[in-house]
Amino acid sequence: MKVELENLTKKWGDVIGVDSINLDIQDGEFVVFLGPSGCGKTTTLLMVAGIYKPTTGAIRFDGRVVNQVAPKGRNIGMVFQSYALYPHMTVYQNISYPLKLKKTPKAEIQERAQRVADIMGIGHLMDRKPANLSGGQQQRVALGRALVKEPGLLLFDEPLSNLDARLRLSMRSEIKRLQVDLGITSIYVTHDQVEAMTMADRIAVINDGQLHAYDTPAEVYDRPRTLFIARFIGNPPMNFTEVEFSQINGAYHARREGLELVIPADRAEKAVGKGSVMMGIRPEDIIVDSKGIPGEIHGVEPLGRDHLIDAKIRDSHFYLLADPSLSLKSGDTVKLGFNTKKSQFFDIKSERSLLWN
Amino acid sequence: MTLKKRIWAGVPYLILVVSVLPMFIGYFWLLISSFSTQTEGLLPVGNLTLEHFSFLRESPFGRGYPSIWRVTFNTFLIASFMTITVVLVSALAGYGLSRLSFPGRKSFLSLTLILHAFPSVTLLIGIFFVLRALGLYNTILGVALVMVGFEMPFGIWLMKGFFDNVSWDMERAALIDGASRLQVWWQIILPTIKPGMAALALFAFISGWNAWLIPKTFTIGAGQQATLSVYLQNFQSDTVAVDWGAVTAVGLFQLIPVAIFFIFTQDLLLNMYAGGSKGGA
Ligand SMILES: Nc1ncnc2c1ncn2[C@@H]1O[C@H](COP(=O)(O)OP(=O)(O)OP(=O)(O)O)[C@@H](O)[C@H]1O
Ligand SMILES: [Mg+2]
Repeated sequence: MKVELENLTKKWGDVIGVDSINLDIQDGEFVVFLGPSGCGKTTTLLMVAGIYKPTTGAIRFDGRVVNQVAPKGRNIGMVFQSYALYPHMTVYQNISYPLKLKKTPKAEIQERAQRVADIMGIGHLMDRKPANLSGGQQQRVALGRALVKEPGLLLFDEPLSNLDARLRLSMRSEIKRLQVDLGITSIYVTHDQVEAMTMADRIAVINDGQLHAYDTPAEVYDRPRTLFIARFIGNPPMNFTEVEFSQINGAYHARREGLELVIPADRAEKAVGKGSVMMGIRPEDIIVDSKGIPGEIHGVEPLGRDHLIDAKIRDSHFYLLADPSLSLKSGDTVKLGFNTKKSQFFDIKSERSLLWN
Repeated sequence: MTLKKRIWAGVPYLILVVSVLPMFIGYFWLLISSFSTQTEGLLPVGNLTLEHFSFLRESPFGRGYPSIWRVTFNTFLIASFMTITVVLVSALAGYGLSRLSFPGRKSFLSLTLILHAFPSVTLLIGIFFVLRALGLYNTILGVALVMVGFEMPFGIWLMKGFFDNVSWDMERAALIDGASRLQVWWQIILPTIKPGMAALALFAFISGWNAWLIPKTFTIGAGQQATLSVYLQNFQSDTVAVDWGAVTAVGLFQLIPVAIFFIFTQDLLLNMYAGGSKGGA
């Protein structure tokens, strides 16, 4: 099913939940809505589901406007963060409920419910009540209930955030595989960017009800269009510092106190002559380098495979990942090399990228 | 387990036993006294007897007084009317107050809370005039309606609390699964708050069954409209010594339905105190 959102807006009095979002989702595509808490992800999803009525704007399924269609007429399945299982029904009754409401013949209900339960690996739990299941099992039941009616569109609202880290990892790949196998168009809401990066065909980055970016994970990561996207995507997050450009012998230099970097022309040309600009550079693009710029280590956080180093050059902090075998300690002096080919530049006022607009 | 630990483990039981003892003794005496010819203190002296239960056959107060069966029927009528009306209306009102936002919702809620806390005795005279004007004075319906009115604020608050605990997501899930609003209410929400409705039904039934003040005030003497508690009061007389054996026998008789009702709703009630909606939500 193809889904289009056109100027979709939801207001409650003065509160703006969703602010004029435009995006289209291709048939079979897996789109992730990513954004901080309270940015309007759930509200958007519930409008697509038909629970909330849009204040203005249109929702189209396969070209047909569905604004006025009740949830039951939309042929969708939804998985909630709270699972929202029916506590008084057994697993079997939970899964078969959508089919029962459709007045599907009994034999068919039984067969389809069993098949879905087997796919989800909960076929042996059919007679249990939700209260007697683990969180992971409840999640599978919720997924089974959403899948059983073979919907044209699957909606997920942070379905994994109540699970422990290991289970989240395995459910993540399981959901993604299932979606690819079944080819069901999906919208997946999360504020976990690892989930977003690994699962999405395209990511919609939302903040304050507005769509900031709608692109593939790689694009969003490498070409952030706004300061917000650059800050939000990536873990550990991108480093930012204010710089001013100057041209010396035809080369572009970005400088601030204690820091002077040569910036490749293709990037610098777009950022030069704007006065003070915000430079961003990811932790993995900073290395410990004997020919680099001196700084002082302010903190060391062991992450296992790497150490997260907080280095200070005068008054600006830079985070980078360093090999633990370097055994860097707080107070040490390090020299930092910057991979300026990957540097980002933003206008300070408008917070828009100077490179990608 | 060491001996010391065992002793400590027993302490809570000891406290519970001691605090329950007075109630237990009360019921114990009720039982003893109903079946023996005479008691001294808490102990039976004399023979076992069924004579105190003669009220089942004929009125102990002579002609002109209603039979025990008539009175029981009255009481049952009031208690049942109360149970059904209170549960039904509270469930609907509670759902509305919990789920819908409409003008006046806040003030309605605080008003019911005030009404719940209001000392009902102060209203008796006013209600008397209302009932008389409506021609409902000295009728079972009148008594039942007043009782429903007094019980309702509590019922509405209790039900609203239960509905508040039903997650929105569950309703949404059901709507998306293809249920209509009415199906959501009937197939999803009501079953999950069954313990709450059972609790309210029990409270309403017991308070209707045991009611004394309102039936006493709004019916005349121990006439054809009397309830069990009012009837029981007839044993108290200024001229004749109180026949405690008969009083306890009637008391025991009055206890039976409450006990039966409780046995059947016990599981649900325990479930409710163990945390209402488990899992899923
Ligand atoms: N029924 C409502 N009435 C008024 N405001 C609302 C309502 N529902 C949501 N909002 C507001 O709309 C904004 C978006 O809420 P929404 O639930 O969509 O956020 P979210 O992105 O899903 O956040 P989270 O990640 O915490 O779930 C929030 O500021 C919220 O306070
Ligand atoms: Mg949300």
